[in-house]
Amino acid sequence: MDLNYSDEEKAFRAEVRAFLAENLPAEVSDKVRRGISLGKEGHEKWHATLNARGWLAYNWPREFGGAEWNAVQRHIFEEECAAAYAPRIVPFGLSMLAPVLQKFGTKEQQDHYLPRILSGDDWWCQGYSEPGAGSDLASLKTRAVRDGDHYVVNGQKTWTTLGQYANWIFCLVRTDPEAKQQEGISFLLIDMSTPGITVRPIALLDGTPEVNEVFFDDVRVPVENLVGEENKGWTYAKYLLTHERTNIAGVGFSQAGLDAVKRIARIETANGRPLIENPHFAARLAQVEIDLMAMATTNMRIISQAASGQAPGVESSMLKVKGTIIRQEINDLTRRAVGPYAMPFASEAVEGDNAPIGPDYAGPVAAHYFNNRKLSIFGGSNEIQRGIIAKVKMGG
Amino acid sequence: MDFNLTEERQMLQDTLRRYLADRYTTSVRNTILDSDSGMSAEIWAGLAELGVIGALFSEEDGGFGGAGFDIATVFEELGRAGVVEPMLDSAILGGRLIAALGDDTQRGLLEEIIGGAAHLALAHGEPASRYDLTRVETTARVDGDEIVLNGRKAVVVNAETAGHLIVSARESGGIFDLDGISLFLVPAGTPGLALHGYPMLAGGRAAEVMLDNVRLPQSARLGAAGAGLAPLMDVIAAANVALCAECVGAMQSAVELTRSYLMTRKQFGRPIGTFQALQHRFADMLIELEQARSALINASGHLDSADRDRQIAAARNLIARVGRLVAEEAIQMHGGIAMTQEYELAHIAKRIVMADHRFGDADYHLERFIVLSAA
Repeated sequence: MDLNYSDEEKAFRAEVRAFLAENLPAEVSDKVRRGISLGKEGHEKWHATLNARGWLAYNWPREFGGAEWNAVQRHIFEEECAAAYAPRIVPFGLSMLAPVLQKFGTKEQQDHYLPRILSGDDWWCQGYSEPGAGSDLASLKTRAVRDGDHYVVNGQKTWTTLGQYANWIFCLVRTDPEAKQQEGISFLLIDMSTPGITVRPIALLDGTPEVNEVFFDDVRVPVENLVGEENKGWTYAKYLLTHERTNIAGVGFSQAGLDAVKRIARIETANGRPLIENPHFAARLAQVEIDLMAMATTNMRIISQAASGQAPGVESSMLKVKGTIIRQEINDLTRRAVGPYAMPFASEAVEGDNAPIGPDYAGPVAAHYFNNRKLSIFGGSNEIQRGIIAKVKMGG
Repeated sequence: MDFNLTEERQMLQDTLRRYLADRYTTSVRNTILDSDSGMSAEIWAGLAELGVIGALFSEEDGGFGGAGFDIATVFEELGRAGVVEPMLDSAILGGRLIAALGDDTQRGLLEEIIGGAAHLALAHGEPASRYDLTRVETTARVDGDEIVLNGRKAVVVNAETAGHLIVSARESGGIFDLDGISLFLVPAGTPGLALHGYPMLAGGRAAEVMLDNVRLPQSARLGAAGAGLAPLMDVIAAANVALCAECVGAMQSAVELTRSYLMTRKQFGRPIGTFQALQHRFADMLIELEQARSALINASGHLDSADRDRQIAAARNLIARVGRLVAEEAIQMHGGIAMTQEYELAHIAKRIVMADHRFGDADYHLERFIVLSAA
């Protein structure tokens, strides 16, 4: 056992930190820290900055222009980015679709789509969930019927994150309604400008313009946009999910969130003393920090296994459950830390630069508390994860 | 012991529940949330007409109730329907302060309040006061025949609609002293009074209130000089009962919505409520909701007793804890749909959780309970 990073890993961390210090503009990190949306351009700019350094596609193999970092390097990078309040990398093209294309796509598809993900020419979104297919994703109903050189797609996708920015969507569609649920699904790439596609924003409880419904009405998709084989889409979807689950523990986010709540609790006062000295608040803070310290090590244990070539199994489900519980607890503590100033609805602050009503850290914290209830719902709800853990460990 | 509502309260509950079920639908409420005023004048008039405001005042003040159980009856129904109109501010905090302290002229406002024609707001909390009721930095200075107010009040709910603000200000002593806090009835539009208004996350509007040499006649004084804290604590005790009741009503709705969703939503070929993992969690919500209801009854029944503050601290602590559990579990068991503003639960969950931020969260009331129990 050795809990220390190697000299190489330490040097890598220093390199990442220096890069962020030099290339992350203060107004960008300030927005991230205050929870203000960057908008499409803001995200694209940051992607371009990382791409120029060769670090945008850090999980891609070198042959596709990636940095091919190992799990420890990725973890260090993610931790440093969270600590510096760098924008998160928008994952849909880079870490969800790209690995699928790299493993199952044709040479033509790889040559066409992968460079456009790196350059920012394409913004991808994910067409998985449907109103009737959430936790039970394989029950999806959106139909694709072969008609000559095209598939004709009809149906509806939902919870499409940042679909309003996207010009492409990768979709799971049903191509064989007669087959067993998982066996009649295909993986299609669809140009969002094709006639028959309607994107409708979903108003969320915290006011964030984040998710959408996407409707398909006789949408004609060229057959060359099929990834892999027809009716084998579920295999690719599962492969994609294993990539969606990298950084699933969110240790860096939790660490940054914990630092933020501590900073707030040093400024806020209760009974004339800093809130951080209040025994009840301090106890809650300590409890979640203790949990986070242990989970960070669990995370590293699993990352080390992955770095030595072992595929993570139920461990990623465990990390998802524990990681989201910790993040949500930190969101709750932060909301409570700001007291009455949690009540104003800083809707302007979500997209704009209006002067804050109370202290500048107070504006978005209650909205974040509500928004991050999604963490235990999406990407396979925590109930689904617990089911997986039990099933695997009991040999079901 | 008798845990039944009196006939009058039962009638009030039935009438109010029916009125809100008919008139205060999710889409009506969402329209109100998006409106500039953040409230509906029509609904307010309707509530006044039903006698809902009058139920919060005693007969000598022109109402027909005013006890803890009257407050609980009204606010449980408001909570059930997720009502955002400022009943807490205009009636409980504002109206009851005037009922307690007003001279004959000031008490003239009561009729307008109870009739729904006038609104009030309590401007007490300040940017640094958090939930501490004694911390007042705003000053009041006598200058000849006039009183001059200076300071800033934070998150003053209903300030923009109110015809009068009730402003607390320190006339003597240090910023944490129990004595020396006076109350003033400040008409909207008084020179030197500036409002910076904004919507709130769980509905309704509030404002930052700036007082810059606001000059008032002596007749604006509400109650005796320097003796404002005790009557403030009285109305805030009533407000805490109201908040407890609102949360219990809202939790009842959250549980109902969850129950019907668990029974109708199908995944893996069966209603998700047939999964035992969810059944047990649903059962826990019901168990905790009964605890919350009992805590509310304790608080309501002690509003006029010597043990009032300890009972209220207990109820608010328990209901804050249960509220978080119920709101979070209801959202989680629904999944994404509960996070959409169009679905009733989203608003209900926000009302429950954001009640934490008015007059103290679970920790604040836990500390109050510890201190009061040791006394």
